[in-house]
Amino acid sequence: MDGAAPLFRMEGISKRYGGVRALEKADLTVTAGSIHAILGENGAGKSTLIKVMAGVVAPDEGTMTLDGREVTFASPAAANQAGIVCIFQELSLVPELRVADNIVISNPPKRFGMIDRKAQRRIAEEALARAGASDIHPLALVKDLPLSRRQMVEIAKALARKPRILILDEATSALTAADVAKIFGVLKRLREEGLALLYISHRMNEIAELADQCTVFRNGRNVASYAAGSKSDNEVVELMIGREYSHIFPPKPIRPQSGAAPVLEARNLSWSNRLDNVSLSIEAGEVVGLGGLDGQGQRELLLAFFGVLRGLSGRILVDGKPVSIASPAAARDDRIGMALIPEDRKTEGLMLPMTVRENLSFAALDRLSKAGFIDRGAEQRLIDDMVGLLAIKTAGLDIPVGALSGGNQQKVVIAKWLMRQPRIILLNDPTRGIDVGTKQELYQLMRKLADAGAAILFYSTDYDELIGCCDRVLVLYDGAVKRELVGAEITEHALIASALNIHGEHAGPRRGEGA
Amino acid sequence: MRDWRYWLAEQRGTLLAFGIFIVMFAIYSANHPAGFTANVVQTAANKGVLLAFIAMAQTLVVITAGIDLSVGMIFTLTNCMASWLVIGTGLETALGLVAVLGTGLFCGAVNGAIVIYGRLQPIVATIATGAVYFGLALLLRPVPGGSVNEGLADFLTGRFFGVVPASLVALLVVVLVVWVPFSRSELGRAAYAAGSSETAAYMSGVPIRRGKFLAYTLAGLLAAIGGLFLTFFTYTGEAAYASGNAYTLFSIAAVVLGGVSLFGGKGSAIGAIFGALAFRTIGDLLFVFDFDPLWQPLFQGVILLIAVSLGAFALFRVRNRLEWFL
Repeated sequence: MDGAAPLFRMEGISKRYGGVRALEKADLTVTAGSIHAILGENGAGKSTLIKVMAGVVAPDEGTMTLDGREVTFASPAAANQAGIVCIFQELSLVPELRVADNIVISNPPKRFGMIDRKAQRRIAEEALARAGASDIHPLALVKDLPLSRRQMVEIAKALARKPRILILDEATSALTAADVAKIFGVLKRLREEGLALLYISHRMNEIAELADQCTVFRNGRNVASYAAGSKSDNEVVELMIGREYSHIFPPKPIRPQSGAAPVLEARNLSWSNRLDNVSLSIEAGEVVGLGGLDGQGQRELLLAFFGVLRGLSGRILVDGKPVSIASPAAARDDRIGMALIPEDRKTEGLMLPMTVRENLSFAALDRLSKAGFIDRGAEQRLIDDMVGLLAIKTAGLDIPVGALSGGNQQKVVIAKWLMRQPRIILLNDPTRGIDVGTKQELYQLMRKLADAGAAILFYSTDYDELIGCCDRVLVLYDGAVKRELVGAEITEHALIASALNIHGEHAGPRRGEGA
Repeated sequence: MRDWRYWLAEQRGTLLAFGIFIVMFAIYSANHPAGFTANVVQTAANKGVLLAFIAMAQTLVVITAGIDLSVGMIFTLTNCMASWLVIGTGLETALGLVAVLGTGLFCGAVNGAIVIYGRLQPIVATIATGAVYFGLALLLRPVPGGSVNEGLADFLTGRFFGVVPASLVALLVVVLVVWVPFSRSELGRAAYAAGSSETAAYMSGVPIRRGKFLAYTLAGLLAAIGGLFLTFFTYTGEAAYASGNAYTLFSIAAVVLGGVSLFGGKGSAIGAIFGALAFRTIGDLLFVFDFDPLWQPLFQGVILLIAVSLGAFALFRVRNRLEWFL
């Protein structure tokens, strides 16, 4: 690839979201006729980089050049026009339209001002064939297709736009092995045809098979570029690690093995194609982490416990006794005593326009009410306790909760559930987007609750947190528990390696390695 | 090739509405004292066509996942205008027609501009503009009155060849001239895409705003055509508040009966037309059975509830309960 003039180049690209820097002076060079893999752990800046390239977000600073000319993209349409087409992780198909409609959506063929359905059909069939998916009927509605087929339509749609640079962001994550093989054939052919392909994937074996060039991102920067195959998996993982430890974690107590039945136990939980035979148990006082890449079934597992999923197979036991949890209302009932701190506090955790007071007492209203009326005095006492315990900083209890900072909002969500004194606490990435100080307080709180006898299941996309907070970590991959790390085994290396599902001795656990 | 199956699946809502209409109309005409005659059909058509136009208008907006609560008022406003303007010599009448239809377009465009560029919620924006349009109608016709070119009115509300109701033919022409090109145009598809998934549409570079704007504008035009026909039937203009509101609400019922999803992105104006005709027939059914007319709203409501419940069965298949709220 050396010597070829770069087709596309990004230099010094930075992007901040509020106080969070997603990209910090990142560079990337893309060459025609090659497949370039982008690697990095959760939150390393890969998604933002692609969004900048595809015209979805504008960078704060930096330049992009295409064919040696500087370019800026005001919209995804502008990037498409320039020949940059992206297949996003979240699908960009319109569910109620037909496959053919979707494939030509950005530039439908026209005749007498109306869409030419015959030509549209032809283009769609060609594109589907080119993507190796001619089994998909162009008249089928997208919403009726299973996820893996939709992904193939997405690829066909991208090809119909005749791209020069094709970006695939986790494009294979929903595909079956047979589809992946087909897609690889297609991608290699496109490379022969002179396209530049950017390939973002967490699957190391795919990268090994496909990529010519690799770039590793960490903390919003590109930290290394190398020819594919010139580094071992182990070295790649080392490159992806390397954040400074900035969090302070409370010490983990040494817990004696108790003979008591686990507070929460799951046996062979399966759901749809997202959970695959998950078994786990948590004892009183234990903090168990869920690790793995984002979207490997962690969220579904928490929802399964909380009674949100229907058609769940397998069993859930509380205190050793089988229970059936049919709704969040049943899950929070005193007999089970479960609480879920949701991932998106703005939609699932809080009613933003309502007051801090109202939000705090929502989950405990039944306990605070006598004959259907809320006991204002009892409510006030409990709220005071919680505001004190969590040190919630608010100008008053009667201001909208939306006016608080992100960290304090999250404290309100947690306090709301603590008002019920839950015995089982499920946390879904609770520290996302909150400041370091609040994070530390939450770590302390979590340990305090565990010491008081709660069983805690904690999903985090931040590996440092899993290492610092958890007694055990279960790593999920494709909806199944792939590894269980206990105590000193919980290292960043082991977490990343098992999250990527790398087999072999290099990536295996090494007891006692510095955490 | 299994093309027809996909076609069938797509048209299910429309076909269901068609079926309901046929059954209702069969019951209606079988029990009508006069039986299935050209006269009965003509009267039924003239009543049904008004709601059909308003339902078409509503469909366009509902497809974009919006709602237009001003259609009934545009209908009323244009009725009042037509009772002043659509009269006199051929040229004067023609100019009057253009003015009335132009007003409808303009009202629709105002709705669209407020919703899309003003970023107001459609429900609030159109309640407000609807009140404005009704206010204008009141200014034009403080008391009912006026007249219309009777030759044109009789031509468009009579029968062709002694059997075919002219109003039905007019409806067909409007479908061919407005709906078919819209549904097959790039902007029409943009309207569907915006209603189904605005994010996906945006990410695909679809002209969402222009598509939605066109939908609102054409809705105004269709409501104005409805207003014209009301004038042709009644020969007068009347700023009737209750009637305008009833048409707005019935149009929503007709749209739902016709298989158009209130969540947007799905359905067709053809379905909505049959929904409107079926809804009207349900209302008239009681008369042929000699029930007290006081029962009509109750009966209509029950039938509507049953029909709409048919569409809610999909919720039983949802496996992640959070999807109920999406």
